[in-house]
Amino acid sequence: MGASGEIDVRLDRVSKRFADTTAVDDLTLEVERGEFFSLLGPSGCGKTTTLRMIGGFEEPTEGTIELGGRDVTDLPPYRRDVNTVFQSYALFPHLTVFENVAFGLRRKKVSKAEVDRRVKESLVLVDLPGYERRKPSQLSGGQQQRVAVARALVNQPKLLLLDEPLGALDLKLRKQMQLELKRIQQEVGITFLYVTHDQEEAMTMSNRLAVMRHGKIEQIGAPEEVYDSPATEFVAGFLGASNLLEGEVKEVAGGIARVLVDGGAVLRVPEARMHGRGVSRVRVGVRPEKIRLVADEGEASSARNSVTGTLRVATYIGVSHQFTVDGPGGRTLTVYQQNMGTDPIPAPGSGVRLEWEPEHTFAVRPSEPLAEWEEEQ
Amino acid sequence: MFFFLVPMVTMLSLSLQTCNQVTLACHLTWSWSNFPDQIRQYHSQFANSLVYGSLATAIDLAVSYPLAYWIAFYGGRRKNFFLLMLLLPFFVSFVIRTLTWSFILADQGLVLGTLKRIHLLPGSFHVLASGTAVVAGIAYNYLPFTALPLYVALERIDRRVVEAAGDLYASRIAVFTRVILPLTIPGIFASFLLTFVPAIGDYVNAAILGGTNNYMIGNVIQDSFLVYSNYSAASALSAILMAVALIGIFAYARVLGGRTIEEYI
Repeated sequence: MGASGEIDVRLDRVSKRFADTTAVDDLTLEVERGEFFSLLGPSGCGKTTTLRMIGGFEEPTEGTIELGGRDVTDLPPYRRDVNTVFQSYALFPHLTVFENVAFGLRRKKVSKAEVDRRVKESLVLVDLPGYERRKPSQLSGGQQQRVAVARALVNQPKLLLLDEPLGALDLKLRKQMQLELKRIQQEVGITFLYVTHDQEEAMTMSNRLAVMRHGKIEQIGAPEEVYDSPATEFVAGFLGASNLLEGEVKEVAGGIARVLVDGGAVLRVPEARMHGRGVSRVRVGVRPEKIRLVADEGEASSARNSVTGTLRVATYIGVSHQFTVDGPGGRTLTVYQQNMGTDPIPAPGSGVRLEWEPEHTFAVRPSEPLAEWEEEQ
Repeated sequence: MFFFLVPMVTMLSLSLQTCNQVTLACHLTWSWSNFPDQIRQYHSQFANSLVYGSLATAIDLAVSYPLAYWIAFYGGRRKNFFLLMLLLPFFVSFVIRTLTWSFILADQGLVLGTLKRIHLLPGSFHVLASGTAVVAGIAYNYLPFTALPLYVALERIDRRVVEAAGDLYASRIAVFTRVILPLTIPGIFASFLLTFVPAIGDYVNAAILGGTNNYMIGNVIQDSFLVYSNYSAASALSAILMAVALIGIFAYARVLGGRTIEEYI
């Protein structure tokens, strides 16, 4: 089930300041009903604080939060139609799986028969029937994860908040749980608001995502949109590898901007992908897999963007080749090329030409340089 | 194991020996009658020990839990400072601490003397030499033993688990009764153990704050050993005390749920 157009979550100019830091800075965000929406960013970007404010665990310093059209800014968690899947699950260690899942229903004084039925149902939903009598400590990480999801979903909230729910799992299990969560979301059809620092996870699962940094949203959009047309240098770097060349905007005409990059070449950028309009110095980018690398001979096709450079390193990865090229203006460019087994591979040190379609080109707003902790992500 | 077994075996065998009280020579006579004899002779001191010890432990648990709860959940950055305040009296010798209280609470001392002078209390009022003073003294002296395990248990609770309970519609009371209290039962048990066992064997408080009517079994054991040199009687009393403590502990563990004792330690 996709988005319905109805707004389920609305954050209006929300800020959260702790003693001496601003965790969330004047953030405005709308999430539609039924959407799988991710908040993506490095640790410390404010994504978890945002989620905790929606859940009611933190109070915003400024701004309002609406859920389903109702202002809930001052309501405690238990008065909101929201449930949370916590980082590291936060299961009750002294209760069985059944009692963990039944906890919310029992507090709401649901009849015994219905508790029984709904707990069983949600354990089937997360593929854990028969585990009712176990204690959390007797379960694997992935199973605990499923219990946490069941414990939240059994209450039939309008919105499910998930705070890095897969962070503690190993890669293989994480991939499996990603698909599982996606399936569950489609099955129950409620809005999922998902916090993660894993860009691949956010892209595989979300209908839309917001990339956050320093308490602000850098860009909101569908995964393809954010990946193919990143708005800022930070987004370009955070969602996979990208090649950026600095240049001067020469003219904008017919929906196409022409940018003279330092080192000579003129690149065409669709105007729709020119972020930060009105600036003359821009950074032009292209994703490594969009580039075709050929020997620098013959005439470059005038229909394509192309730059020349010197091949430094060619790495054979099996499924693809990875090339590192010294490009114009002393910039290092990366190219991924699928291993078709047909093209001859140029020798390192030789002159090469990089070509790509103008519509794969984007221009980003510059970001402050990355801090060390962001590069680690 | 060596340091545990040797005194234990020595004590148990002494309790079955007959000693010459002049030469202090003892030999094993398997005199099992030591045990019923001692119980008959000192049953009121045994009763004092159990009652005072239980009352003091109950008071300590009732006082420590909110205290430890507050430090663990609301202590913030000053947690360590609060813990230090709790432990600070510990840096003074046990006997000196208790003696200080006997000065403070003396009939004409700082507190009672002043209150009597301004006629807020009748002249015959006294605190010392009463069971109340002994219980209060024990409770005061063993409070850190109760508070620390409780603090550790409360501190160890994952705050997200508490948040999860709130997220799942638990009121503040339900969060406490359904999550926090059950998760601290091992801590409560450890506190009980560390307070109750030394409390029933205590003799300093009874000696300093109590009168002869408030003697506890610890005082009797001390006198038997050091004053009358009746080693076999003292050993028998100690063995009985130990048995009583063990029975108490197992009974308590049963009440807290039929779990094995290892789970708590």
